[in-house]
Amino acid sequence: MAGPVSRNSELGRQRVLAAWGFLTPMLLVLALAAGWPLARTIWFSFTDAKLDSLGSAEWVGLLNYLEYLDYGDGDGEYFGLLFDEGWWAAVWNTLRFALISVTLETVFGLIVALVLNASFPGRAIVRAAVLVPWAIPTIVSAKMWAWMMHDQFGILNDIGLRLGLLDAPIAWTASPDTAMVAVIIVDVWKTTPFMALLILAGLQLVPSDIYEAARLDGVHPVKVFFRITLPLIRPAIMVAVIFRALDALRVFDLVYVLTPNNDRTRTMSVFAQENLFQFDKFAYGSAASTLLFVVIALMVLLTITLGRMDLEGNRS
Amino acid sequence: MRIVKTILFYLLVLVIVVQAVFPFYYAIITSFKSGTAIFQVDYWPTVVSFDNYVRVLSSGSFLRNIVNSLIVATSVVAISLLLAVTASYALSRIPFRGRGLLLVTILSVSMFPQIAVLAGLFEMIRAAGLYNSLFSLIFAYMIFTLPFTVWVLTTFMRDLPVEIEEAAIVDGAGPWTIITKVFLPLLWPALVTTGLLAFISAWNEFLFALTFVSNNDQRTVPVAIALLSGATEFETPWGNIMAASVIVTVPLIVLVLIFQRKIVAGLTAGAVKG
Repeated sequence: MAGPVSRNSELGRQRVLAAWGFLTPMLLVLALAAGWPLARTIWFSFTDAKLDSLGSAEWVGLLNYLEYLDYGDGDGEYFGLLFDEGWWAAVWNTLRFALISVTLETVFGLIVALVLNASFPGRAIVRAAVLVPWAIPTIVSAKMWAWMMHDQFGILNDIGLRLGLLDAPIAWTASPDTAMVAVIIVDVWKTTPFMALLILAGLQLVPSDIYEAARLDGVHPVKVFFRITLPLIRPAIMVAVIFRALDALRVFDLVYVLTPNNDRTRTMSVFAQENLFQFDKFAYGSAASTLLFVVIALMVLLTITLGRMDLEGNRS
Repeated sequence: MRIVKTILFYLLVLVIVVQAVFPFYYAIITSFKSGTAIFQVDYWPTVVSFDNYVRVLSSGSFLRNIVNSLIVATSVVAISLLLAVTASYALSRIPFRGRGLLLVTILSVSMFPQIAVLAGLFEMIRAAGLYNSLFSLIFAYMIFTLPFTVWVLTTFMRDLPVEIEEAAIVDGAGPWTIITKVFLPLLWPALVTTGLLAFISAWNEFLFALTFVSNNDQRTVPVAIALLSGATEFETPWGNIMAASVIVTVPLIVLVLIFQRKIVAGLTAGAVKG
């Protein structure tokens, strides 16, 4: 976008100077709160830092990531994050969680968005009701659902038993078989509204005369949806999916509170936090944080390049 | 056929509404139960007792935790809006070299995994003597509220017509006057939206609050609720937890419902307009 003043005039130069003056405080805060700590985390991942003695951390190279211990006589073993089964389990848990929850949220979000896009009496109330899960803090959702999923007094088991869906009560959050299911249920419940709102915004941009024309031509509604609506709202869905996926990959609070100390749900963020502050393996935890950062950074880069996002705001 | 369709549609609407509100409804009716009544599964309210509320608010430091959360969230909103308004003006209205790169950087920071800065922030905060203080959280929360507010306000200001500025420039007004006299009055709706969204995310934050504060009196609400424990280690005080949850959630729900339209607009501006 061209500003109201040319960049090369005297006034333009003054304005550019003012722009940097306005930007400096914000950039300084971001550098202090994000840039520097990130650099330190990465540095710690190459040291032997301990929680109580961060100051005397010494460079150890790649030891936290990869270490070969030679036992002599040609025998040896690999250690380090890249050979840690616990870490790979966390990676796998995170990917599984992200894939399943984002897929379900997209499908349910689309359904809710389509309903909200229709006009019917009481739509305002439905719209308000849909927002409720989004408004509830994650920790509160985790606790509410933990209570509903309680193995002895939970209402979920009660409903399941009454309807004959369950033979016996399930320890949803504690049992290894259902812990991940529990986490996904709560995440889908809490985040579907966000998905629905973003998709709804896309739906409302579709001009209504397209539907009108299709209706006059007698096109079947299902065909209209797959041939007209879906292609038109695909950009909105893609953006929502990317945002959610990046969010799901760094999930911490829900897993930490709903299923504490569970090998089947421990995500990369939880793994890193536990190593940093509970197991006194500060450097090892930093290495895990760094790897998670690298994964997400690559995804962001890929998104920005592939999406060719128009960041200057130029109208094309 | 039409009747069947209508019935099915409203059935779907019913399912959507019930699944959305039932968990919170259930938390409310649980919070009103006291003693052993809590271990009885009920679908409708049976008793109304305020025991849990009285216990949660009188014992421990829960009231203190609410005040902490209010202080942190309000300060975070005030500081990030202050920094973001001027920065977004520069980013949206003044063309300069490197603007696109700057915007990409800011957007990337908003997608940062918080865990990636946790170790480094912890070192900084301890070195600065801010461990166990609310300042640590106010500072740390900038990492997610600031990029978000800058991003949304920039997209908002970019859409305002050039003409509104031109007149002021012709009259010889400097950038600071233009921001305060021309843009600020137009920005109120966007400020309310972004401020509210920043407030909610600061109010709900858990990872930093768990890591940088270990003292009951300085904790914020989410950590306090997560760590509420009973008389013994094995006895979870579900009644208290539900009462505490209702107390901190009702204001949020009321706010969100009042500002529904603005919030939806803000959320979509933050995401879709990229």
